[in-house]
Amino acid sequence: MAHQNDLNLKATELRLGLPGTDESEDMVSTAKNNKRASPASVNDSGLNSAAKSADNETSSASKAQIVGWPPVRSYRKNNLQPKKADSETGIYVKVSMDGAPYLRKVDLKVYNGYSDLLKALESMFKLSIGEYSEREGYKGSEYAPAYEDKDGDLMLVGDVPWDMFMSSCKRLRIMNGSEAKGLGCAL
Amino acid sequence: MSEDEELPDLGGGATPNSNSTVVSIGGGDQNYVSPGPDQVLENVLENVLCFLTSRRDRNAASLVCKSWYRAEALTRSELFIGNCYSVSPRRVTNRFRLIKAIAIKGKPRFSDFSLLPPDWGAHFAPWLRAMAISYRALEKLYLKRMCVRDEDLAIAAHSFPILKELVLVCCEGFGTDGLAIVARECRQIRVLELMDSVIRDNEVDWISCFPEDVTCLESLIFDCVEAPINFEVLERLVARSPSLKKLMLNSYISITQLYRLMIRAPQLTHLGTGSFSPLEIVAQGEHEPDYFSAFAACKSLICLSGFKEIIPEYLSAIYPVCGNLTSLNLSYANISAEQLKPVIRQCHKLQTFWALDSVSDEGLQAVSAACKDLRELRVFPVEALEDAEGPVSEVGLLAISEGCRKLQSILYFCHRMTNAAVVAMSKNCPDLVVFRLCIMGRHMPDHVTGEPMDEGFGAIVKNCKKLTRLAVSGLLTDRVFNYIGQYGKLLRTLSVAFAGNTDLGLKYLLEGCPKLQKLEIRDSPFGDSALFAGLHHYYNMRFLWLSACKVTRQGCKEVARQLPGLVVEVIAWNEEENGTSEDVDTLYLYRSLDGPRADAPRLMVRPSLIMLGKALFNYRAGFPLAALKISPSSCGFHALAVEPSPAA
Repeated sequence: MAHQNDLNLKATELRLGLPGTDESEDMVSTAKNNKRASPASVNDSGLNSAAKSADNETSSASKAQIVGWPPVRSYRKNNLQPKKADSETGIYVKVSMDGAPYLRKVDLKVYNGYSDLLKALESMFKLSIGEYSEREGYKGSEYAPAYEDKDGDLMLVGDVPWDMFMSSCKRLRIMNGSEAKGLGCAL
Repeated sequence: MSEDEELPDLGGGATPNSNSTVVSIGGGDQNYVSPGPDQVLENVLENVLCFLTSRRDRNAASLVCKSWYRAEALTRSELFIGNCYSVSPRRVTNRFRLIKAIAIKGKPRFSDFSLLPPDWGAHFAPWLRAMAISYRALEKLYLKRMCVRDEDLAIAAHSFPILKELVLVCCEGFGTDGLAIVARECRQIRVLELMDSVIRDNEVDWISCFPEDVTCLESLIFDCVEAPINFEVLERLVARSPSLKKLMLNSYISITQLYRLMIRAPQLTHLGTGSFSPLEIVAQGEHEPDYFSAFAACKSLICLSGFKEIIPEYLSAIYPVCGNLTSLNLSYANISAEQLKPVIRQCHKLQTFWALDSVSDEGLQAVSAACKDLRELRVFPVEALEDAEGPVSEVGLLAISEGCRKLQSILYFCHRMTNAAVVAMSKNCPDLVVFRLCIMGRHMPDHVTGEPMDEGFGAIVKNCKKLTRLAVSGLLTDRVFNYIGQYGKLLRTLSVAFAGNTDLGLKYLLEGCPKLQKLEIRDSPFGDSALFAGLHHYYNMRFLWLSACKVTRQGCKEVARQLPGLVVEVIAWNEEENGTSEDVDTLYLYRSLDGPRADAPRLMVRPSLIMLGKALFNYRAGFPLAALKISPSSCGFHALAVEPSPAA
C-alpha cells in the first residue's frame, strides 16, 4: 500500500492547468466565518490571495487561498525558484580535441544550429572546420567535428536535424589529420 | 517589587549600589565605614551570582528577598526580553545597570504570515533611546521581529562603541544604508548576522564601508540581503579577515565568485554558498574552476547552506565536505531524490537537515538510511498551496522515524498524512522536543482511514515525554486537545489552525498545560467561555493569540477587567459604517508591567481595489480596522482608532 503512493503517478499525468492545482479535489468546507474578509496581505502575492478570499461566498474551481496559509514565510515563498524542467537546464557536453591538453564543455542549448556551434568551436580551439556537405563531410579542413551518440558510436556532426543531435549527443570530439579524413570519406 | 525602596542607612555615604564600601574623602579616616554584615553578605552574593548565567536561575534568585534582588540586578550582564511590550525600556534600564548583551523579541510569530498590519509596532527606537543612555558598554545586540530603521542603526553604531555582535532576525524597516553605517562605524564588530530579514536595497555599496585594515570579523551573514554586492571588495574583505569562520552569501554571488572566496578562506566552518550557479549559462572561453578541490580545502567546514539558484550538476562539488557536515540546508534547492542521494549518503555525521519536499519520500528514505545521528529535520514545500499533490507524505515521515531515532526536532510540510505514521514516530523518536506537522490542506483527515488526526497527535504528546513545542494540523476534533491537556505537561509552545469543534478544545489546553507560554490559534471555533478558562494562567504566559475564532469584544473586555496586568489587543473589522460589531478578528493578549502601549497603529482606510461588502481595505499599506486597546485601568475601553472616512 505504501508503495502505491511512491509511484506518484499524478505527477506524470498529462493535463492542462497550472502545476499544483487539482480541480477534482473539493474544499472540505469553506471558511467558517464567511462574512469576514481576511486581512490585507502585505506581500506581493497579496493581491491574488486577498482577492480570492473575497470570493469565499462563491465556490470556484480553484480553492480560495487563505491569507497566511500554509504558514510559509513570504521570504521563503518569494525566493524559491520553480523547478527547472530538464528541458530548461543546459545540455553540457564535453568537447575534446585530439592533442589538446584539456577538454572543454559547451552548452548545446545556447546555439541555434550547427553553424552556430561550429563557429563557437572554431573560436574556442582556434581552428577552422569548414563547411558541411552531405556528400563530402567537412572538406577543405584538417578537422572534422564528431560526436559520440547514445549508442556510443562516433558520428559526424551535421547529418541529423539539430534537435535530434541535441538529444543524442553525449560528447563532442574534434578529430584531425588522417583520422578525420577517414571519417569524411567513409560517407 | 518596588525599586524605590528606602535603602538601609549604612552611614558614611556608602550605598549598597556600589561594590566598594570604603569611602574616604580627603585625609584621615574620618569617613571610613567598616562594612556592615549586610554589606558583606551582599558583596559575597554579588560575587557568587556572577556565576549564574541562566536567566531562569537569575529570575529565581532575584525573588528571594530585596537584597538578593538588588545584587542580582547589579550583576546581570545578559538580558532577554521575550516581548518588547511586556515591560518599558525605562523600567529595564532602571533595574539593570551593567548590561553587555541584550536580546529583544517583538512581533508575535503569526505576523510572519501577514496576519498583522505592517505598521503594528515592535519598534526598536524606544529601546534604543533608553539603551543609548544606560548601556553604552553594550557588546551584543540581538533583535527578532522588530522594526529597525536606518536611523536606529546609525544611533546604535554611534552609541555602542564597543559593539561586537549585531544579529537581526526577521526584522525589517532598514536598508543597505543602515548596513553601511554599521560597517563603517562599528569598529569592533565581530559578528554581523542578518537572517530572514527584509532589507531595502538603497543601492549603497555597504561592503566597501568596512575598515581597510585587518578586521576582527568572525561571522558575516547576509544571505537575505537582496542587493548586488561589490564582489572585488568582498573578496578583499574576506582576505583581510583571518578570524572569519562563518560566511553566508546572498544569491548575487555566483559559484565562480564563491570559489574565489573559498580559496581565500579555507578556515571557514559555516558557509552559505549564495546562488551556486554560474552567472552566464555557459562559461565559454573560461576554464571552469575546480570547485571540488575548493571544498576539499575547507577542512573545518561543518555547516553548509545557500544553494539559492542551484544548478544541480554542481552539487557534486560538495562531496569532499559531506563526511564532516553536521548541518546541511538545501531548503532553497529544488532538487530531486536522485540528485540528493549521492550527497546525502555521504553525510553520516549530519545532525541538522533542511530540504524542500522536491526530494520526495524517496529522498527522505535516503536521509533515513544515511543520517543516523539526525537531530533536526525540516521539510519545506516547493509549492505552498493547499491543494497540490505533494511529493512527501506519511511514507517519508515513517522512514525518517525508523532511521533517525535520535530525532529531537521536526518541521514537516505535506499534503497527506496518516495517524499510523505519526504514532510510529511518537514511538520511534522518544527524544522529540519539537514536533511541528503541517498538513497543508485545511481539515485534511488521515488519507487512508478518513479519520481525524487526533490519535496521531495524541500519541505524540503521550509518548514524547520531553516535548515542549507542538504544531498541529489536519482534521482535528476537541479530542486532540483533550490529549494535549492530559499529557502535554511540559508543553510551552503550541500552534493551532483550523482545528477543534467547541470551546472544550481550548478549555482542555488552558486547564491542562501548566507550562504553556505561547499559544497561537487561528480559525478555530473557540469563544468567550473558553477564553475565561485561562484566566488563572494568563499571567504566566508570554502571550495568547486568537485570530478568526469566536471570541467577542465583550469577552475580551471581561478578561481585561479581571486581569489588570494584561494588555488585551483586539483587532476587529468595521463591518458597519457606524456600528461596532461584536466580532473580534484578532485577539493578542500578553502580560505587561507597564500597561497598554502608546504606539498602536492608527486606523488607515483608503479606497481599495475591491469592494468587499461594506468593508474597505487597501492591500499594500492600509489595514482596515479599529484597533482597540482595552486599558486595564479603566472600566470600559478606549478605542484608539479614528472612524473610517468615506471611500474616495
